[in-house]
Amino acid sequence: MSDAPVVERPAAHEGSALLSLDDVSIRFGGLLALDGVSFDVRQGEIFSLIGPNGAGKTTCFNVMTGVYQPTSGHIRFDGQPLGDRKRFAITRLGIARTFQNIRLFGNMTALENVLVGADAHHRTGIADALFRTPRHRREEREGEETAREVMRFLGLERRVNELARNLSYGEQRRLEIARAMATRPRLLCLDEPAAGFNPAEKAQLMDLIRRIRDRGLTVLLIEHDMSLVMGVSDRVTVLEFGRKIAEGTPTEVRNDPAVIAAYLGTETTEEGES
Amino acid sequence: MTFLLNNFVELTVTGLVLGAVYGLVALGYTLVYGVLQLINFAHSEVWMFGSFAAVWVTVAIGAGPDSGIAVAIGVLLLALLAAMVVSGAVALLIERVAYRRLIRLDAPKLVTLISAIGASFALAEIMGLRDRLAESLGLRDELNSYVRSARDNTRFLNPLETHGVFNIGRYTVSNVDIIIIVSALVMMVALDQFIRRTHTGRGIRAVAQDSEAAALMGVNRNRIIRATFLVGGVMAGAAALLYLMRFGVTRWNAGFLLGVKAFTAAVLGGIGNVRGALLGGFVLGLAENYGSALVGSEWRDVVAVLLLVVILLFRPSGLLGESLGRARA
Amino acid sequence: MTEPKPPANAAGPAGATKASPSAATKPVASGGTSSRRFGWDRGALARRVTALPTPVKWLLIALFVVFLYALPLLEIPIISTPDTDFGAVLFTVASYVLVALGLNIVLGYAGLLDLGYVGFYAVGAYTVAVLGSFQAHLSWWMLIPLAVIFSTISGLLLGAPTLRVRGDYLAIVTLGFGEIIRLTALNTEWLGAAKGITQVPRPPSVEWFEIPHLQWDGFTAFIDLGDTTKFLFFGVADQAPYYWLALTVIFLVLGADRMLRRSRVGRAWEATREDEDAAELMGVPTFRFKLLAFACGAFIGGLSGALFASRQGFINPESFQLILSILFVAAVVVGGAGNIYGVTLGAIVVGYLPERFRGFEEWRLLVFGVALILLANFRPQGLLPPRRAKRAIAADEQLEALEEGTARV
Repeated sequence: MSDAPVVERPAAHEGSALLSLDDVSIRFGGLLALDGVSFDVRQGEIFSLIGPNGAGKTTCFNVMTGVYQPTSGHIRFDGQPLGDRKRFAITRLGIARTFQNIRLFGNMTALENVLVGADAHHRTGIADALFRTPRHRREEREGEETAREVMRFLGLERRVNELARNLSYGEQRRLEIARAMATRPRLLCLDEPAAGFNPAEKAQLMDLIRRIRDRGLTVLLIEHDMSLVMGVSDRVTVLEFGRKIAEGTPTEVRNDPAVIAAYLGTETTEEGES
Repeated sequence: MTFLLNNFVELTVTGLVLGAVYGLVALGYTLVYGVLQLINFAHSEVWMFGSFAAVWVTVAIGAGPDSGIAVAIGVLLLALLAAMVVSGAVALLIERVAYRRLIRLDAPKLVTLISAIGASFALAEIMGLRDRLAESLGLRDELNSYVRSARDNTRFLNPLETHGVFNIGRYTVSNVDIIIIVSALVMMVALDQFIRRTHTGRGIRAVAQDSEAAALMGVNRNRIIRATFLVGGVMAGAAALLYLMRFGVTRWNAGFLLGVKAFTAAVLGGIGNVRGALLGGFVLGLAENYGSALVGSEWRDVVAVLLLVVILLFRPSGLLGESLGRARA
Repeated sequence: MTEPKPPANAAGPAGATKASPSAATKPVASGGTSSRRFGWDRGALARRVTALPTPVKWLLIALFVVFLYALPLLEIPIISTPDTDFGAVLFTVASYVLVALGLNIVLGYAGLLDLGYVGFYAVGAYTVAVLGSFQAHLSWWMLIPLAVIFSTISGLLLGAPTLRVRGDYLAIVTLGFGEIIRLTALNTEWLGAAKGITQVPRPPSVEWFEIPHLQWDGFTAFIDLGDTTKFLFFGVADQAPYYWLALTVIFLVLGADRMLRRSRVGRAWEATREDEDAAELMGVPTFRFKLLAFACGAFIGGLSGALFASRQGFINPESFQLILSILFVAAVVVGGAGNIYGVTLGAIVVGYLPERFRGFEEWRLLVFGVALILLANFRPQGLLPPRRAKRAIAADEQLEALEEGTARV
């Protein structure tokens, strides 16, 4: 397919919608997990999806990456409907993600984990592998270049040959991002990337996210940590009970009474997260 | 096709009889799968041991078909008790030896399945090697009538004389047929009530749905797991006696194929679904009979396996859906 | 692309926590065993071997290969089987090894529990028998390719619908498949039914020269010109040539295995086995690769079955019982699924011991059943787990040394 070894894509249409959810609902048995959710993620922005626990953020992620099929509504990526594409096809289209609870390939080395990501656009098959065809050799070389570059970008260059399960927690989180980035996405979805980080680590993460955006990627973030969300996002959407209750810049959203009520509750209910 | 139509009644009744046996054995698979999401590969040997227990009781007592009806019923009940006790015990043994540690460690399913396979083969081989084992213990002579011809068929002499009760069409329904079908239905109803109304039964349903929440509600998960194995085992023991009454023979490796078929029945009805197990059993029994009437009896087993494949491909949740526990993606 | 490198000490959010590696390590999956647990440093041998200079390694490998080929001639006292032709025993072990390598791809690499592998073995054997003796008389050189083509097709046919179902269901379905193959052979006249097929063609022979065997008297070896193997004659009494054929095939398969492992294919398999859903979300078309693994396994299984039939001279459905599938799985699991040395070891254990210790044959299945339980419970990675390759061993050792305070820096 593409023979360009670069990881990032040029931001050709700044500001246009890269991903749009249009009235998306999903129902699991009797539970309506998402109810008519619509929003756009624009090219080149850092977009956050927040909401109290159980609001449907991860479900939203899963719908966007093809893990679930929406019961109704449409999702469009770069103008094309996702349809009922298989998950790996959606990744090839340009959407990559990390996981809330780390899902690395523990018994593979860090480099191999990232190579799997780089393989997303490869076409080497059994014949190529058996006979070491030019395609195999080219893709192996490109994959290794891409993987090492991404790992350097994330500060993991000294851990390339470690088994993934032997890395520290922070390194594992970064490795997940590296692996996702190696798939050459246009949209990178990070599912609670700051979980378990202390403030210094969170500051570094914010810096990392900005640097990722500077490479030309669009970033979609699910996060609980308000300071991180407010500090790094261009725009924020708030979900509660599967519905969108607010959208706008961080400042607008922070001052929105509906959002405050969702998080803190009204007088008689328990205090939620702040 | 004509064969099928001519013998339709017989095929149907015997199919239901066969299905009753499948259904009762299927209960063991469906309960364990519902609670633990595990295929209890060794359940077939639970059944097999129960069948031998029943045979040995009748051999020990020595009552033949010419004994009076009271004696016959007494012997059968004793054999039933023996079969249920032994099967239940074997089921608990398997849980203790092959599963408990892996369940506690939340091991990958593949690993647990390997352990189950090992248990299945070890148990089958123990029965198949019983003459050699008795020899090594020096008990070969005393136990001769129980351990001889370890690799051959073992006959069951039904103390109850089989005789016809009434006719449907050209087929004479026998007392054994009736006993089997009625027993299976009664046991299924009893089990259903057990699951619905008793403390343990509710515990089983709770653990099947969400074992963590159940634990938080004070349900002792380990106790429930043991209960699940026990109940499944006891049902299989009953199935073993019923099977013997109809087919009169068992073997060290008779469990394998029956196990696969019973598992098919469980999946057919909806894995984890108690009523589905019996329904699946009936459907499988009928399908096997009709199928082999159409293509020849030597293909009987192939029909059963193909049915499993078809169900898994087109309706993996089974006829009645998976209800005991949550459906796994 | 011109990104300023982050300063060395700000290695990201984890920089602050590097002080205590054991505290910061969050294992994604447990299973690393201390190589010092049994009182000797098992890693040391592996390290020393891999540290040898490359030409020396190649020489050692070459010597080992020659040794393997020479085995039936050497008649080594303890290893050799007194009652049966050692060449025949070696062939049996070799076919188990071949099967284990094939099943290793399915079970060890792709993580698919196939309990019906004997089915592919049977398809290969029956193709050779039916098309070589029963319904046609094709030449042996055509039969082998046909055998693997048919077995691979059967693998694709079986895999396409069933690989979509849940992992544990797959086990039962494949078990059913194995039985269907056997029952079909048993019930079909065209395939020989219960009687089986005789006069299965052997590989074509030449008679170039004779190779003498050794004879041992205590610790001294004599060349016994009376006991020779004709090179290269595929007869009935002396089965060494079959073993050589099988051994050659094994080396070819090992080569192909290595090619696949170090490629996108191998990575995709491993990722699929580790976490199928995550793999798919990283762009791996998991279904395709699972099917590929299945097809490769079927190919090798069929090849082994074809060789089996050529040596045996006759086959019947009895040779392809369910038990065999379980034994194959046992060989792979006991040895260490995913590790070619491990599964080879497992195959040798499963294939050789019953032949060497004839009395053992009876108890074989019971022992393996118990072995499977024990292994599954206490050492699920098998005797030789995968990924104990050079760097992984070294990395784990370093970590351990750091934790135990005996760092060898």
